[in-house]
Amino acid sequence: MGATVTTANSEEKTWGGGNQPLGADYGKLMMWFFIVSDALTFSGFLAAYGFSRFKFIETWPLAEEVFTHFPFMHGVPAPMYYVALMTFILIFSSVTMVLAVDAGHQMKKSKVAFYMFLTIIGGLIFVGSQAWEWKNFIHGEYGAIETKGGSLLQFVDNTGKRVKLEDFAATLPEERERLEKNKGRWFMSEPALPTYSVAEVQAGFKAHPELLVRTEVLYKDDAAAKSDTKVNHELTKHKHKTILTRAESETRLANASLVVEGANLTRNEYGSKLFADFFFFITGFHGFHVFSGVVINVIIFFNVLLGTYEKRKSYEMVEKVGLYWHFVDLVWVFVFTFFYLV
Amino acid sequence: MSHAHESNLGRIWKVFGILSVITIVEVIFGILKPDVLHMNNFLSMNLLNWLFIILTLVKAYFIVWAFMHMEGEKSSLRWIVVSPIIFLVSYLLFILLVEADYIFEIFKNSTIKWNF
Repeated sequence: MGATVTTANSEEKTWGGGNQPLGADYGKLMMWFFIVSDALTFSGFLAAYGFSRFKFIETWPLAEEVFTHFPFMHGVPAPMYYVALMTFILIFSSVTMVLAVDAGHQMKKSKVAFYMFLTIIGGLIFVGSQAWEWKNFIHGEYGAIETKGGSLLQFVDNTGKRVKLEDFAATLPEERERLEKNKGRWFMSEPALPTYSVAEVQAGFKAHPELLVRTEVLYKDDAAAKSDTKVNHELTKHKHKTILTRAESETRLANASLVVEGANLTRNEYGSKLFADFFFFITGFHGFHVFSGVVINVIIFFNVLLGTYEKRKSYEMVEKVGLYWHFVDLVWVFVFTFFYLV
Repeated sequence: MSHAHESNLGRIWKVFGILSVITIVEVIFGILKPDVLHMNNFLSMNLLNWLFIILTLVKAYFIVWAFMHMEGEKSSLRWIVVSPIIFLVSYLLFILLVEADYIFEIFKNSTIKWNF
């Protein structure tokens, strides 16, 4: 028996409480266990994203074409810069958090408060940036056409550059009024109508012979693809979206059923419908974590100011909330990789 | 807590430097997408994606070990936290990604067509 009896704390009663076999007290341990379960939740989301992406690997949108906005740089394609900035903001707020924990170990109240304050500001800037990113994503930029089969058609000019619907859509003398609740017969209504009707886009396309249709399909530079006469092989590059010939573009566009502008949970102008769903769900869930982290940080910040931890002679509470805050940063590192880089 | 009163300032700023450099490298590669990496595959994933994923794991290591102070915890706590995640996530990824690739092949090569 001697070998199996715990020897960690032989002077006191082992089962009487008060000893810490893992060297961490109750609160910190529970924070770690919460983080483990939350990490598994996020892993589940990201794995589901990976599943859908592998399932539609040939038609998945290219991130560098979707996230191209930067504040005050309107119309300048700036892929990744903004999200890189957001990553820096979050990493830096992690640094100020760990500085607050460090100051807490030395019982320096005003330093802890100062670094907590910086952490909160960083968190707020991050949430604000994410809101701005969502705004651009929801609003969209170019617009697209959904065909009757459900695939997405985008438009490019004869150099392969993307063209916005507003730059070529014709204006037809047609009246299509939005059905709203006060006009419906029985609680009937419909979502906001797109700026242009399908007929207007088709007419505009006919009037601009230089335009071509770009499909969702990623072009693969092999012999089978090269013999395809429907594809414009001069403009289409390997691992980029396929651009069709003018004749094939017109055939595809005849099948148009909907004008898609921006993104919502049903469809989006970027490509696969699931792409926007996962974007909203995963970045939204992460943003919610950041938001709750900021709220918890504010509570702890006021406790620091009130001297609660000074009286307790331990700033371990700052350490616990710090663990959560770093975890939020950790999740963002993965979201950044799998949504924007890979 | 043996480290109660010592300061880790140097270590914190060093880790911040490492994380920043890795992020900058990732962004540069993400924008340039060099063909050498992007067009060559290893285990049916291109080298660029391998690079991104490895750098991400390095970043995760530094965040957990330095910022969350895992390096100062007992090894039993380290294993309790890290091992379930590593094993469960690798299993989940293996099973889901293989299945997704299978579904992709079915839609691509057989008479069943995904048309909506």
